[in-house]
Amino acid sequence: MKDWPLWEVFIRSRHGLAHKHVGSLHASDAAMALANARDVYTRRGEGMSIWVVRSTDITASAPGDKAILFDPSEDKVYRHPTFYEIPDEVDNL
Amino acid sequence: MHIQPGHTGGEPTRSAEALAELEQAFQEKIDAEIKIEPKDWMPEAYRQSLVRQISQHAHSEIVGMLPEGNWLTRAPSLRRKLILLAKVQDEAGHGLYLYSAAETLGASREALIEALHAGKAKYSSIFNYPTLTWADVGAIGWLVDGAALINQIPLCRCSYGPYARAMRRICKEESFHQRQGYEIMLVLCRGTAAQKRMAQDALERWWWPSLMMFGPPDAESSHTQQSMRWKIKRHTNDALRQKFVDQSVPQADYLGLTPPDPELKWNEQIGHYDFGAIDWGEFWRVLKGDGPCNRERIEARRRAYDEGRWVREAALAFGAKQARRAHGAE
Amino acid sequence: MNQRQALYEYLLRLGDNALILGQRLTEWIGHAPALEEELGSANVALDLIGQARGWLAYAGTVEGAGRDEDTLALQRDVLDFRNALLLEQPNGHYGDTIARQYLFDAFHYPLLEALRGCADQHIAAIAAKSYKEAGYHRRRSAEWMVRLGDGTAESHAKLQRSVDTLWPYTGELFTPDEVDRTLQSLGVAADLTAVYQTWDEDVARTLKTATLQRPQAGWMQSGGKQGRHSEQLGYILAQMQFLPRAYPDARW
Repeated sequence: MKDWPLWEVFIRSRHGLAHKHVGSLHASDAAMALANARDVYTRRGEGMSIWVVRSTDITASAPGDKAILFDPSEDKVYRHPTFYEIPDEVDNL
Repeated sequence: MHIQPGHTGGEPTRSAEALAELEQAFQEKIDAEIKIEPKDWMPEAYRQSLVRQISQHAHSEIVGMLPEGNWLTRAPSLRRKLILLAKVQDEAGHGLYLYSAAETLGASREALIEALHAGKAKYSSIFNYPTLTWADVGAIGWLVDGAALINQIPLCRCSYGPYARAMRRICKEESFHQRQGYEIMLVLCRGTAAQKRMAQDALERWWWPSLMMFGPPDAESSHTQQSMRWKIKRHTNDALRQKFVDQSVPQADYLGLTPPDPELKWNEQIGHYDFGAIDWGEFWRVLKGDGPCNRERIEARRRAYDEGRWVREAALAFGAKQARRAHGAE
Repeated sequence: MNQRQALYEYLLRLGDNALILGQRLTEWIGHAPALEEELGSANVALDLIGQARGWLAYAGTVEGAGRDEDTLALQRDVLDFRNALLLEQPNGHYGDTIARQYLFDAFHYPLLEALRGCADQHIAAIAAKSYKEAGYHRRRSAEWMVRLGDGTAESHAKLQRSVDTLWPYTGELFTPDEVDRTLQSLGVAADLTAVYQTWDEDVARTLKTATLQRPQAGWMQSGGKQGRHSEQLGYILAQMQFLPRAYPDARW
C-alpha cells in the first residue's frame, strides 16, 4: 500500500499577513488535508486561514538556476528609493 | 517543501575531480553557516547520515508516546489528564514534523516506519523502560524531556534547513513538557509519604537511563566527528551529558530527592558535578533489543499500523474515487 | 424532583457524556491508524474532557455539597454516572469509534447550539464555547463516515456493521424524562424533539453520502441517563479512578 499523498500547508496567522509555509503532512483527500492541517499546525492558536496544496502540484526553481534567475536583479539599484538624490529640505518624497 | 528531493542517487556519475569540487563547495557553505536545502547538492553520506538521525529522532517521538500514553486513562485529575494528553499529542506532532523533514531527503515515511517495525531502525532506548507509577510521568517530563531539550536546542542550528526548522518548532512546543513533569514531582514530594516514595523510586529508575540518552562517551561515538564537521551536531555527547547533570542535581535537591549515584558531588575546581560510571553494558543491551519493554513497544506500534491498514486503504480509495468523480464532472 | 435536583442531573448528563467519550478516545492515543489521526483524535478528546470539567464543576456548585469536578469525575461509582450508554461502548476498530463519534456528534452539536440560548447563564456560557468544538467534531466524524462507507468493500462492510451495532444506543439520547421535562418548562433544557430533527436529517444525509443503509427502527437500549449502565462502565471507572481511590488522602 502507498502512503497517503503528501501536502504542503500554508497558514495565515493574523489578519493582514500572507499565508506562510509551515510544514507538510499526509492526507488522502483535500478535506482531510485541511482537517489535518488544522489539527497538526494550529494547536496553539497559530492560524486563521489555511491553504493546503498537493506537494506534487508545486513547481519550484532549481538551485542550479540561482545565478541566472536572481543575480541579474542585484545591479538594478534604480529600483530602490535610496538610489535617488533629493535635497533634505524637500518633504514628503 | 518536498519537491524533488535533493539526493544524488539518480545523477550521472561524476568524475572524482568534479565530486571533490562539489564537496569542497558544500563544506564551504556549511562553514559559512549557509543552510543546506532539499534541492541543493549534498554528499550522499551527508544525506544518509541525516536520514538516519532524523528518522531515529522521529521514531523516538512516536515510540515515546507509549510509556506516557499508558497513563492517559489513569491520570489522577482532569487537569493532569488534559496536560498529559496535550503533551503526548505534541509528541505525535513532533514525530510528524520529523518524518516530514526526512521525507525532504527522499525517504518515504512508510519505508521508515516499516524499518522501525522490522527492528532495523533505532530509537531512543529510554522508551524501553516501563512506567510503573504516576511518578514516572513526572520523572519522564522532568528528566527525559529535560535531557531531550538539551540535545535538541543545538539542533535548531543544524546545517540542514528542514531539520533545523522542525527542531525550532519542536523546542518551542516542548518548553512546557519539562515544566509539567517537574510540577508533578513537586506535588508528589510535598504530598503524602506514599507519594514521596513514588517520586524517589521514579528518580532512581530514570536517572541512569536519562544520562545514557546523550549517547556513548565521545571516545566511542562513531558518528560524532563527521556530524560535527557537517554541523548536524554542535556539541559532544559528554559535554551535553555534563550540562544535564549540572542542571538536574540542584533540581533534585530542591525536591528533596536523591539521585542513585553515591559518587555524585560538586567539584569546586572544575565548576561541575562529578558523577559515577555509567553502565554502558546496559545501554548497549537495551539498544540491541533486550530492555524491559522493547518487544512490547515495537509490537504495539506494529499492531496499530497493521490494524489501521484497512482504514488508510479506505481513505486512499475514497480519495481516488473523489478525484475520478471531479475529473468526470469537468 | 425539584429544580435544583433536575439541574444537577442534567449537568451530570452533559458532563458525563463528554467525560466518558473523552476517556474512551484517550485509549486510542499511540495506537491510531495514522500519525495525523493521533493528533486529530487527541484534539477531540481534549475538547471533550475540557467540556466535562466545565459541566462537572458547575454540577458541583449546584449540588452544594463541596464536590468539585475531580471529586465528581473520580469518586462516583457506576450508579451515579449519567452518560448515555452509547458513549461507554468499547472503541472496537476504528470504524466502531468513528460511528460512535459521529452518532454522538450529530446529537451533541444541535444540543449545544440550542443550549446557547439557555435561561441558565452558566449553561449558556459553556454551550457557547463548546458548540464550536462540537461543530468541528461533527464535520470531522461525518467526513470519516463517508471515507469509510464509500472507501473499499471491506471498509464499507465494517462500517455498516458498526452503525447497525450502535444504532440501538441512539434512542436514549432523544427520549425525554422528568429531568428534561422539568427543565424544559423553565427554558433550561433543550427541546429533544427539535434536536432529534436536526440529528435525523444530518444522519440521513451522511449515511446516504457514505452509501450506508439506515438501520431499521427497532428496540432501543436505555438507562444510562438514569444511572442504569452496561457492564462497560465499571471497567472504564476502574481505570480512570484508580489513583484517587488507591490514595484517598493524596492531592495530585
